[in-house]
Amino acid sequence: MEEFVKKRIREVLKGERDAFAEIVELYKDKVYLICYRMLGNTHEAEDLTQETFLRAYVNIDRYNINRKFSTWIYRIATNLCIDRIRKKKPDFSLDAQIKGTDGLTMYSQLSSPRSLPEDEVVEMEIQDIVQKAIMNLPEKYRTVVVLKYIEELSLQEIAEILEMPIGTVKTRLYRGREALRKQLRHI
Amino acid sequence: MSKCPENIIEYMHEYLDNEIDPEHEQILMEHLRTCQTCQKHFHDLKKTVVLLQGTAHIKAPDRITSQVMALLPREKKQVGIKRWLYRHPFLTAAAVFVLFMMISAISVWNQSNDFSVTKYENILIEENNTAVVPDGEVIHGDIVVKNGNIRIEGKVEGNVTIINGEKYLASAGEVTGEIEEINEWFDWLWFSIKDLFKKLVEI
Ligand SMILES: [Zn+2]
Repeated sequence: MEEFVKKRIREVLKGERDAFAEIVELYKDKVYLICYRMLGNTHEAEDLTQETFLRAYVNIDRYNINRKFSTWIYRIATNLCIDRIRKKKPDFSLDAQIKGTDGLTMYSQLSSPRSLPEDEVVEMEIQDIVQKAIMNLPEKYRTVVVLKYIEELSLQEIAEILEMPIGTVKTRLYRGREALRKQLRHI
Repeated sequence: MSKCPENIIEYMHEYLDNEIDPEHEQILMEHLRTCQTCQKHFHDLKKTVVLLQGTAHIKAPDRITSQVMALLPREKKQVGIKRWLYRHPFLTAAAVFVLFMMISAISVWNQSNDFSVTKYENILIEENNTAVVPDGEVIHGDIVVKNGNIRIEGKVEGNVTIINGEKYLASAGEVTGEIEEINEWFDWLWFSIKDLFKKLVEI
């Protein structure tokens, strides 16, 4: 798989534009899923998926062919999503409130009253409930959780995508998962 | 509750990430056998993971690929240039060299204000920076005058170049080669490069 991708990329570097279509074909679902999970909206997910591949194409000569392509393309997608989230972010920050308290107490206090009424739960697709729960996560927890469950990436790979220490990834993943557990345990 | 080992929740997460060491795993498993609270916690965490994994089948709309391909710029110019540079290292080196030449030629142009003239025994130097080829004399070779003038009354069998100055050709004067006046830096640059190539060819 990686070899196939690298071959295509060498072709793109030589100016064979059409070889890029095969790369898009291979990664579009994962990239789309990252964007959808991060933004919770199919329209924006489609938009940012396009933007991700566009950026990858334009900057393809910056990609280090000795490293995994998925790491690079997921990084582009994640960064675009984070930018989009920050632009939309309201003035108050859930994150800031968490910092002062121990763990996620403050956060879970905020999110638990949002638990949905029984019959609404039945009507809603489980997928939507999960997505809603993800959307309730502050961006930094959301990012690691999303990447982790795109295709069971290792903590090391997530650390490389986000360019942060593995210890930070671990902590954020634990906290993110704990917050989701509190929201999803009633399903 | 109070008997729950410290870090037991952390062990659960390590277990979920397949990063648990055997010692922690043993502590976790033994404790789970006896503690209902932790069992429930662990169960809920695993359920959360299953729910997260379960939605990973979402697919991108099929149109994405053709949309992306339609949006791609035609071979981006900058990328094209960069690629060209990578693929033609010799020409790139030559281009860098020419650029370097330009810079050094321009700086020489800006710096040297001293009058100079190619040395020939029969060329006279007058005040106010004027070189003179006297009547009846013949210069065999090229003359370059910098930051000054030249008056030609005799004959020059070669080229005359005047950089930042003026020439006076007397009615009796004669130049068999070309006469060139350089009064702008880009003329100077052109001259420097031509001169360099001449020298390179001679080598
Ligand atoms: Zn316990």
